[in-house]
Formats: sequence, structure tokens, C-alpha cells
Amino acid sequence: MSRLGDIVPKVRSKNAGPFWLTIDIFCGTPEMFRRVSEGLKTEAVVKLLQADATLLKRFDIDSLNVVKFSIPRPQIQGTRLDRDMHGASFAALVAEMEI
Amino acid sequence: MVKVLIPSGALGLGYDRDALARGITEKPDIIAIDGGSTDSGPHYLGTGTSKYSANSTKAEWRELMAARREAGVPLLIGTAGTCGADSAVDWLLDITREIAAETGETLKVAVLKSGQPASRIAHALGAGKVTPLVPAPEISPELIDECTNIVALAGAEHIQGALETGADIVIAGRTTDTAIISALPLSRGCHPGGAWHGAKIGECGALATTSPNSGTILIEFDAEGFTMTPMGAEARATPHTVSAHMLYENSDPYVLYEPGGHLDVTEATYTALDDRRVRVTGSKWVPSERYTVKLEGARKAGYQVVSLALVRDHRYVENIRAWCDDIETKCSAKVRERAGDGFSLELRLIGADATLGPLDAKAQIGSEVGVLGIVTADTEAMAREVAKILNPYLLHHPLTEQEEMPTFAFPFSPPEMNRGMVYEFCLNHVLELADPWEAFSLETVEIGA
Repeated sequence: MSRLGDIVPKVRSKNAGPFWLTIDIFCGTPEMFRRVSEGLKTEAVVKLLQADATLLKRFDIDSLNVVKFSIPRPQIQGTRLDRDMHGASFAALVAEMEI
Repeated sequence: MVKVLIPSGALGLGYDRDALARGITEKPDIIAIDGGSTDSGPHYLGTGTSKYSANSTKAEWRELMAARREAGVPLLIGTAGTCGADSAVDWLLDITREIAAETGETLKVAVLKSGQPASRIAHALGAGKVTPLVPAPEISPELIDECTNIVALAGAEHIQGALETGADIVIAGRTTDTAIISALPLSRGCHPGGAWHGAKIGECGALATTSPNSGTILIEFDAEGFTMTPMGAEARATPHTVSAHMLYENSDPYVLYEPGGHLDVTEATYTALDDRRVRVTGSKWVPSERYTVKLEGARKAGYQVVSLALVRDHRYVENIRAWCDDIETKCSAKVRERAGDGFSLELRLIGADATLGPLDAKAQIGSEVGVLGIVTADTEAMAREVAKILNPYLLHHPLTEQEEMPTFAFPFSPPEMNRGMVYEFCLNHVLELADPWEAFSLETVEIGA
């Protein structure tokens, strides 16, 4: 088992408009892409982010060696309970996942 | 062939001046720049104001106006003043007038406005012309009426109309990020898929290159696709930097919805022409049956006052959650008893899990914790009142009854900081239009004369 953030070059999270959050896992090489693509279960991401599994979108993009997840924002951007205006910190949680 | 020069990802963000100068020597057909985004939150649309400093905006806009003069081609900005509300368009138009007066230029400016009266949207809602996207908040005519600003995202048709006036400068309210780049290539018959795809790649300037801070890029559109060339001396575009940009702030990296259709890049191919230019073909534009424009709206969400206390005593740090829970309970009860309802109180722990909250199961606490008291209330007076009732708790609340009164650190006097009215985004919907122009207005003004 390894921490995802220790084995891939970059994990990034960003807003995709005020209502969506998107997380890009840049794996760097085809070998690492296969390892992440096969090893990282969608259910684990759903659980980690307490996301609505029916709305989660997952893209395994071999041409870029990227695994991408998009979920409705846990809180709509900028509402009273939102803590992170630009959504960039969710990447830290994903980077701490064990794979 | 149409050449679009994109100075940077947003006016006010800065760019490499040499890269812009190099771009001008490439003889572009138009200079296009984005002026905004929702990414900084609902405050800007709520208030109809710009995120960037007026002085920075003026300094950069002056340079772009000079670049326009030199190139002899239109200068176009979309989503002026961060939010693209009518007041933000007027703000940039005023800045443009000031610059023209200072440089002695006489200019024709086309002004495209995207602001929507609540009555129009409420009427459209009743007529079934407003459709929710996923996930969409519930809306009603009353909620629409509460919005301080509603804008619709203009498409390529609107930008084309503005350019057809022969204006030297186009100042547009809210537009899609892409429409300001795709409009001219589309009207000159370039490949529609290529026009929209190139526009998406170019909307953030040099972000899709190896040197994001260089800002300026040139995109050449033609009958089959587009070619992207960075203007920064060290900047390179590679098939990877270009194709990876489809991931950026996009929930779906293959499909992008626009007024009048959608872009599909599933079959696109990215080819390196040399070590710094990339050619893209195979992108597809799929027209839709209905013409829809996306809506953005911000409404008032109450008045906010925040207070900050710093806790350094290790026993309090170790028991900080229990301490905060006790304060929230006791303070809220006291507020209800003395001042009434219509408020919310939250104590957020900076240095613990302030960033991610309950999702951050592994969060650790250090030697000190910042306690950010966040009060949101229906009125400004109530927000202040709650924060003032909170004050003695943040200063002196003991962990147990049987101990000397503690005192915590306030970095400021008063510790209460008034954030004023706060706003929230409340629309994730599209508006169907029978005619693209029925929800937008265009006028031309002569300035500097």
C-alpha cells in the first residue's frame, strides 16, 4: 500500500463552476496510470468525499495518464457552509488515500 | 485563416509584455481577453463589482488598447469586471473613457449587456423556458426576485453581432469563456468544432503551455482545426499541455455545452508541429435543436460578522472541540433569550479542520488553534448583536466550572469584523430563447471625441 500523493506527480482539485468539483490525478506514466486506474476504486472516493454516487463522473484517460473524478460540490461554492472557495484543498484528501 | 491573439487568462492577472509584443508582430485579426469568472465566489455577481483593482485593470487595459491601436484590429473583452453584470460593464466602459481621454483617441465601443431583469426570468420560468441543470437548487419567482444580479452567458452570436458594428473595442457583459474567441473564426467560416475547441484551449491564455505565467498565446483557426502557438519566449505548447487543458475546471473533459450546441472532442487529435506548436483537428460541433443560454444569479444570504480568537493554552487546545461546542450551545441560548432568532453561529477551528471540516477525519491539531466565530443573521444589527454576545465567551469561557477565569488572545480590537451582506449562487439553469437577442442588448458609443 502507498499513499496516492507519494506515487503520482500531482493531484489537483478545482471548481468546475459553482456547483461542481473536479479532481484530476496526474499519474505521469502508463504504468502508474494502470496502477491507479485499477487500484483506485470509485466507491472509496465516494466514501472519502461523501459524494452522491449516482452523480459522480469518472474518466480514465489513458492518452493523458489521468484519472479524473467530478462530483457535485459538497457545498455550493461560497455558501455559508462552504469552507474552500476554490475547491483546491479536496486534492489533499485524495492524495492521502492508500492505494 | 483567422488569428486570435489572447493576451492572458483574465484582464488584471498580468502577462509577459514581450510575449504580447511578439503577438502583435504576428498580425492577429482580433485581440480577445476574458474579464471574469465565477471562481472567486458569489460576492462579485451579488454586488455587480470587479475582483481586480481598478488601477491594475486600467494599467493592463491601457496596454491592450495600445496594442489594439498598433495592430489595427478589434479589442474584445468578455465577462467584463469579473461578473459581467451591467454595472461591471459600465465600470470598464468608464475606465475605457478615462484612458481614451488621456491618450486622445476617438474610439467606437460596442457594449453588449447580459443582465437579466428578474421579471423576465420569472416570466420565462412560468412559461417553462427555464430548465434546471444538475445539480440545481430549487427556484421560484420569489427566489428570482431576491437576486441582486442575474446574468445570462452570451454566445458566439452575440459577440459576432458586436463585432459587426465595426467597433474598435467590444466590452461584453457575461459571456461564455469560449465565445469571445470562437466568434470571429465561426463567422469567417472556420471549422466549427475547431473554433470552439481552440477557444476552450485558449480561454486561460498560456495555462495550456509549459509557461503559464507568460500569458499570451496565438491561435490560428482554419477550415479543419486550429494551431496553438505560445508567444512567450520560453513557452511551449505540447500535445500533452494542450489536451490536458480540457481537464481544467471542467467536469467533463470531452464535452462542453455552449449556446446553440455542444463541442465534442472525443475524436480530436493533437499533433506537435515542432517543439512549441500544436495542431488540433477532429473536434466536433453538434448543434442543438433549442437555443439555450446558461443563467447565473446571486441572492442575498444574510449579513455576516466574524470574530477571531487564538487559543494557545495546551489544555484548551486539547479540548478545543468540547470548548467550542459548549460556547455554541450557551451563546446561542443567550442570544435567543436576549435578542431573538434569525441567526446562525458557527465556530470554525483554524489549525484543526477549518479547510475540509468533517471530511477531514485524519486532521491533527498543533500547539495553537484559531477559533473563527462566524455569525450570519437576517439583519446587520442582529449579526453585530450576536457577535457581541459571543465576545465574552471567546475571551473568557472556562472549560469547567471549577477553575480560574481564563483569557484568550484577540488579535484585534474590536475582534468583530463586519463582512456586510453575503451572497450565494442560486441558479444552475438554462434559459431557452426563440431569438438569441431577446435576452441581450447591444449599443455602440463613441468615446474620446
